[in-house]
Amino acid sequence: MKSTMKSIVFAASLVCASGIAFAADKSWGSGADDVAFQAMLKSGFREKGIAKLTRLDQDATQAFCSDPQLVASKDGAAMAAKIEAENMKTVKWPTDGVWLGSHAAGEALAQSGRGLTSTDTADTPNGGNCYNCHQISKKEISYGTIGPSLYNYGKNRGNGEDALRYAWAKIYNAKASNACSNMPRAGHMGIINEKQIKDLMALLFDPASPVNQ
Amino acid sequence: MMKQPQVIGAVLALIGFAAFTGVIRAEGDNSIESIEKYREALRDGNPAELYEAQGEELWKKKAGPKNASLEACDLGLGAGVTAGAYAQMPRYFKDTDRVQDAESRLLTCMSTLQGIDTAKYVAAAWASPEKDELNALVTFISGESKGVKVTMALDHPKTKVMYELGKRMFYYQGGTHDFSCASCHAQEGMRIRLQELPYLPSQKGAGVAWTSWPAYRVSAGQMWGMQWRLADCFRQQRFPEPIYASDVTVALSTYLAATAAGATMDTPGIKR
Repeated sequence: MKSTMKSIVFAASLVCASGIAFAADKSWGSGADDVAFQAMLKSGFREKGIAKLTRLDQDATQAFCSDPQLVASKDGAAMAAKIEAENMKTVKWPTDGVWLGSHAAGEALAQSGRGLTSTDTADTPNGGNCYNCHQISKKEISYGTIGPSLYNYGKNRGNGEDALRYAWAKIYNAKASNACSNMPRAGHMGIINEKQIKDLMALLFDPASPVNQ
Repeated sequence: MMKQPQVIGAVLALIGFAAFTGVIRAEGDNSIESIEKYREALRDGNPAELYEAQGEELWKKKAGPKNASLEACDLGLGAGVTAGAYAQMPRYFKDTDRVQDAESRLLTCMSTLQGIDTAKYVAAAWASPEKDELNALVTFISGESKGVKVTMALDHPKTKVMYELGKRMFYYQGGTHDFSCASCHAQEGMRIRLQELPYLPSQKGAGVAWTSWPAYRVSAGQMWGMQWRLADCFRQQRFPEPIYASDVTVALSTYLAATAAGATMDTPGIKR
C-alpha cells in the first residue's frame, strides 16, 4: 500500500509536474495559485492515526480530476484518454484464471464502509463501500445513488469473457474506463485484495447471487 | 453542565433509531419523505438549546489569566455585538489581518481578551472539554443569527482569495479513495445510503448546508459546529485531519457561505 502510493506519487511528479500544475494555476481565481494553495494545504492538516500527510500528495489522475475546468477543456478529452490508458496498465487480472469467489462474502464486503479513515487502525478490515453509492441486492433498501444500480447485473449481461473482464477492471481500477469516475480504485490502491475482488465479482455475476434474483 | 444534554441526546437517539428503522421497513420508497417527517418531529425538542444556553454563560463568564468575559469580543459588527454576526462570517478582520470564521474568531478573543493560551483548544480532540466549550460558544453565536439572511462581502481582497482557495479545496482529490468534497457534493439529488447530499456549488444546496450548522447530531448525541462537520467529511474522505480553525477550514466555509448568500440562518439545527 505504502509503496504503491509512493510510486504513484513519483510517477505523478514525472508526468504532471509541469503540464497540469501550469494548467491548474490558470483554472482558479486570483490568489488561489499553486504556491498559495500548497501553503494552505501544508499548514491546514495534521497526521491522525493511519491518515498520514502523504495522503495529500496527488498522483496524475487525482491532479487532473481536481481541476474540473481542465477536464472540461478542449484538451481534456485527450488527457482523460491518456489517464485511462495509464490506469488500465495497473490492472492485475486473476492469477489463477478464476473470476468468481463467494457471493455471500461479496455481499458482506459490499455492506462495509469501514477502513482507512483516521479513526480506523491498520487492522481494521477495509470494506468495499459499494452500497454507499450503488443499489445491489434488492433486499437492501439503504443504498446510495452516486453510482448506477447494479441490481440484476449478471442477469442482464451474462457471464461472457468480455463482461467479466470489464467488471474486474472496473473494480480493480475504476479510472481505467472513466478517468474521473467518482469510484475509488479498489484494487490499485490496495483497498481490497484479489480474493475480495472475486467475491464482489460473484456478487455481481453468480446466478445464485441475490443480485440476480 | 454537559450531563443533561448528553442524557437527553441518548434518549432521543434511541427513540430516533426505533422510529427511523420502523419507518424505512414500513414505507420503502417513501423513506426519504418519512425521514423528513422524523426530522421535523425532532425539531420541537432540539437539545441544541441547552448548548446555546451554556454558550451564552461561557460568553458572559469571567475566565482566563485576565479574568475577563468574551462580551467585548468583536465578531465583525463591533465589540460585543452578537446579533446577526454569524450570518456575515467568515469575514476579514483588520486586527488579525486574516479572514476568520466564528470559531477562529472566538479563539482570537479568548487569547486577546482572556489571555488564554488557545493552542490546547486547537489541539484537543473533538469530544473534549475544550471543544465542548467552543461548540457551546459557537452554538450560542450562531443562534444569535437565527432568521438572519447570509451575506458575504467579497470586497476585501483577502476574502476573495479565501473564497477562491476554498473553491479549489472543494475539488481537491487525494488519499486512498481519490475523494474530494466534490465526489459526494457536486451532483444534484444524490445520496450516500439513505442520506441525501446537498449539491454544494448551488445556492440552494450550500444554503441548506451552511444555515443548518452548528447542529445537534441525534445519532451521536453531540453538538457539532461547522469545524467538526468539515473535519468529519475529511475523515470519511480518508484525508488526514484538518487543523481546527486553519485556513483550509476557513477557506471552505468562505466558499460555502458566499455560495449560500441570501439563504436564512436556521441554527442551531438538528440532524439524524
